[in-house]
Amino acid sequence: MCTVCGCGQGETRIEGHDDENAHGHDHPHTHEPGHAHSHADGATHSHPHATHFHQHQGDLHYGLGPAHAHAPGLSQERMVRIEQDILGKNNAYADGNRKHFAEHGIFAVNLVSSPGSGKTTLLVKSIDLLKDKAKVAVVEGDQQTSNDADRIRATGAPAIQVNTGKGCHLDAHMVGHALERLALPDDSLLMIENVGNLVCPAAFDLGEAHKVVILSVTEGEDKPLKYPDMFNAADLMLLNKIDLLPYLNFDVAQCIEYARRINPKLEVMQVSATSGAGMEEWLAWLTAGLDVAIAARQQNVNLLKKRIAELEARLAVNG
Amino acid sequence: MHEMSLAEGILQIVEDAAARQGFKRVTEVRLEIGALAGVEIEALGFCLDVVLKDSVAEGARIELEKTPGTGYCLGCGETVPVNALYEACPNCGGYQVQATGGTEMRVKDLLVE
Ligand SMILES: Nc1nc2c(ncn2[C@@H]2O[C@H](COP(=O)(O)OP(=O)(O)O)[C@@H](O)[C@H]2O)c(=O)[nH]1
Ligand SMILES: [Mg+2]
Ligand SMILES: [Zn+2]
Ligand SMILES: [Zn+2]
Ligand SMILES: [Zn+2]
Ligand SMILES: [Zn+2]
Ligand SMILES: [Zn+2]
Repeated sequence: MCTVCGCGQGETRIEGHDDENAHGHDHPHTHEPGHAHSHADGATHSHPHATHFHQHQGDLHYGLGPAHAHAPGLSQERMVRIEQDILGKNNAYADGNRKHFAEHGIFAVNLVSSPGSGKTTLLVKSIDLLKDKAKVAVVEGDQQTSNDADRIRATGAPAIQVNTGKGCHLDAHMVGHALERLALPDDSLLMIENVGNLVCPAAFDLGEAHKVVILSVTEGEDKPLKYPDMFNAADLMLLNKIDLLPYLNFDVAQCIEYARRINPKLEVMQVSATSGAGMEEWLAWLTAGLDVAIAARQQNVNLLKKRIAELEARLAVNG
Repeated sequence: MHEMSLAEGILQIVEDAAARQGFKRVTEVRLEIGALAGVEIEALGFCLDVVLKDSVAEGARIELEKTPGTGYCLGCGETVPVNALYEACPNCGGYQVQATGGTEMRVKDLLVE
């Protein structure tokens, strides 16, 4: 059982989440029965490899009724149809987060990269430049330590660290709990720094408006080809550490060409989180996204007000 | 792709079903994994071993159906077989193939008692 809140989050620790006994769940997700599971020591002890796969390469068993070899054998066996996506639960939590963001005019971005590409440095710089213009908060994902959240809080912006333990990505459920802790005001910018990993964060929707992939010029130009899922899932690529270009053999045009081969619609910006080069373009992108989120919330509010006025008018006529 | 999270996702689906339907033991789990889903089958097997231990599905047989990769090539205007995502079209060599089949990762059904 999960030691944080018993909700099946494995080893995840969310700052502040363990110091209250009964925590309210007013964030958008629901906890169903059977949500908790036990895997207390599962990964730490060894045991023989017992899982047998029976592969049916290219063998499709669509249609109804018991399929040949899968018919119940023993008398008390029965078949239960499931037909559910393995990541379906994450997607449901992500939808909940997305709805929450829409209702509150929150523009959420999910920053993904390899470790050390400069996500935290970029966040600190961005917050420094934005904090007089916008409400900004951060969810920090790392396997261990709250160092990055501490770096963010030093700017004065609220931040919550989520430690994923052995997990190498944030999921939508963890983010839902972090939102509950952050209690963001309406019309905020939420930046989520994912765990440094270019692989599985691509598959885990957090409910964000956009994934932003950060690639630093100290990495290879061909990273987009090596980790295509991530570059395909992202809408914007920030090519970071361009202050180092004079000292490297990094081919910027080649890198962008590879990235667009994977994702023709990918936007690209060249920045340096330390020198500040290119930051205006990135900040303009963020504030434009935030403006859209705020306008959409406002429009919803206005629609609701209009509908209430109409109902009241009708009541007045009838009454 | 992250096999440990997939294994945990599978366990969650199985446990939700057990809570709803009140079965005590799962003897077989049938999965559908697309050839383009990026799942390391060996690694998934290992993770399921760890994750299903001490659960209703401990020791359950895992049946795996691998669906083939297919895509629609905008260049050719037809459906083509796909070996790997982002690869060129086998007919025209273009990079305009959109995967249409083979990315699924589903729990199809269970045998329970
Ligand atoms: N020269 C240079 N170094 C940078 C830049 N951005 C980040 N770094 C350095 O890269 C290292 C890793 O940065 P960090 O923000 O912790 O990366 P993260 O793991 O993606 O969060 C730190 O030493 C940063 O100072 C940049 O634009 N230029
Ligand atoms: Mg960091
Ligand atoms: Zn928990
Ligand atoms: Zn929860
Ligand atoms: Zn909670
Ligand atoms: Zn992962
Ligand atoms: Zn073609």
